[in-house]
Amino acid sequence: MKIAVLLKQTFDTEDRIIVKDGVVVPEGVTYIINPYDELALEAALQIKEKAGKGEVVLFSAGGAKVQEALRKALAMGADRAVRIDTEGLIADEGIVAAALAEALKPGGFDLILCGWRAIDDGSAQVAIRVAELLDLPQLNVVTKLEIEGNKALAWREIDGGSEILEAPLPVLVTTQRGLNEPRYPNMKGIMQAKKKELKTIPAGSLVPVGLKAKVQNGDTFLPKAKTAGKVYKSDPAAAVQALVAALREEAKVI
Amino acid sequence: MAKVWVVPEVQDQKLKKISLEMITLARRLGDVEAVLIGEGVSPVAAELGNYGVGKVIVADHADLKTYTAATYGRVLSDLIRRDQPEIVLIGNTATGRDLAPRVAQRVDAGQISDVIDYRDNLFIRPIYAGKAFQQVTAVAYPLIVTVRPNVFKAAEPIGGGAAPIVETATVSLTGDDLRVIVRDVVRQVTGRPELTEAEIIVSGGRGMKGADGFLILEALANVLGAAVGASRAAVDAGWRPHQEQVGQTGKTVSPTLYIAAGISGAIQHLAGMSGSKVIVAINKDSEANIFKAADYGIVGDLFEVIPLLTEEFQRALAWNSEQAG
Repeated sequence: MKIAVLLKQTFDTEDRIIVKDGVVVPEGVTYIINPYDELALEAALQIKEKAGKGEVVLFSAGGAKVQEALRKALAMGADRAVRIDTEGLIADEGIVAAALAEALKPGGFDLILCGWRAIDDGSAQVAIRVAELLDLPQLNVVTKLEIEGNKALAWREIDGGSEILEAPLPVLVTTQRGLNEPRYPNMKGIMQAKKKELKTIPAGSLVPVGLKAKVQNGDTFLPKAKTAGKVYKSDPAAAVQALVAALREEAKVI
Repeated sequence: MAKVWVVPEVQDQKLKKISLEMITLARRLGDVEAVLIGEGVSPVAAELGNYGVGKVIVADHADLKTYTAATYGRVLSDLIRRDQPEIVLIGNTATGRDLAPRVAQRVDAGQISDVIDYRDNLFIRPIYAGKAFQQVTAVAYPLIVTVRPNVFKAAEPIGGGAAPIVETATVSLTGDDLRVIVRDVVRQVTGRPELTEAEIIVSGGRGMKGADGFLILEALANVLGAAVGASRAAVDAGWRPHQEQVGQTGKTVSPTLYIAAGISGAIQHLAGMSGSKVIVAINKDSEANIFKAADYGIVGDLFEVIPLLTEEFQRALAWNSEQAG
């Protein structure tokens, strides 16, 4: 079983977002592996372990800093990593997907796993675009996954419930919380990771000539600061009465 | 005027609310047309005329009974290629999020996801789960836009109810489109609205003390017709299912009223619910972070406050319906 894991490095979820001149300030920020992608990696490692053979290869698009995330993922147990260097590239989701798909093509992967969205931009497009570019079926927002022979069985989250899908391999699967609990790298894994292959490919050599970004980001801005709310500390019965009256007459929400 | 397509969501032969919300945005963007995809969806086409939709293309086929990205994606992308609308609006729902990028890539389009506003020719979308907002513009067309539920006001019917032009599309699916098989669809039958579409959400955290603690929240939700949500702490403790988690690694919600009970207000949770119009916090700890995000708060024991609140809401709603009646 040859498994690819698409991985994105993101801001730590706990970090405060600071915006200056319409752009998010990257300094002083802790970087992590996108938590949904960690679920994808854990799933890949478990599938490989169960099969007793195979290879888990990481793919990530980004600057030099992304190597930190890839090293951590290698320490968790992935076999090797490919970084697509996007330094200086003006990219949207279509371009990132094109570069990833091109890098994935020669690998002949049976399974491509990726988090269903990244917690920073939350646009949830790249993995599905890769599936389309590689002409693979998609199993999206998956909370349970079983690989049996040449097919995948997936429990997928839908509005107000879930559905069970079946697809033949090769297939692209995006992962959702509930699927598993990602492992932590141990000392042995960290030592081994240093020796594992981490290849860099310039994005320019992967993106088709003439392909341009189709959407363009303007300014980023922060939500308006919230004014202090009304807090009732009186006895519960009086507080509840005052609250419901305020919700009806002042906020007009009920 | 730009040709703007709306891809309505239909369940049990009824338009879902997101469909009407998308029409509101579509009217601001140009001439509105709709593409109805499914099995037995044709009767809904006439209804769309009431909302100012000039033309409806109907793709009604047995193979479209159950949604899959491949089948619906094939139908929609073929039609986009043929008719070349400038903008296609799709709901940022579980279905829409699955469908949109597949279609965008197939028709070589840009996509702007989870749009919450449109001002000065710019689409606005939340990033970092609502901790910041991003302006995005298209530099090429067609453009696919997914629209967050519960943000735009649902379109009101326009008087007269002009019948739209209805065109039946030819559906031709290939073997590749049918690779994914839907084995089973399980809908939760709580009778409560879906979290991401609910007008009111009642959410509980660590302060609920256990799975049983949520029973009083469910009683409150039943009175309000609300959805039940949970913080990560409550989900991690196994008191509530993952699908109910609100926060950065859970659902992002934008109800009219969000009631947070026994939730301390970790930044992750705030990120998922800060788009709520009115936030109410109930917590024993007057220093809890949640009070900084809340419009109204009660400092007190939630096991005492919530049952009282349930009764008070019941009285208020009875009063409301008396006034209306």
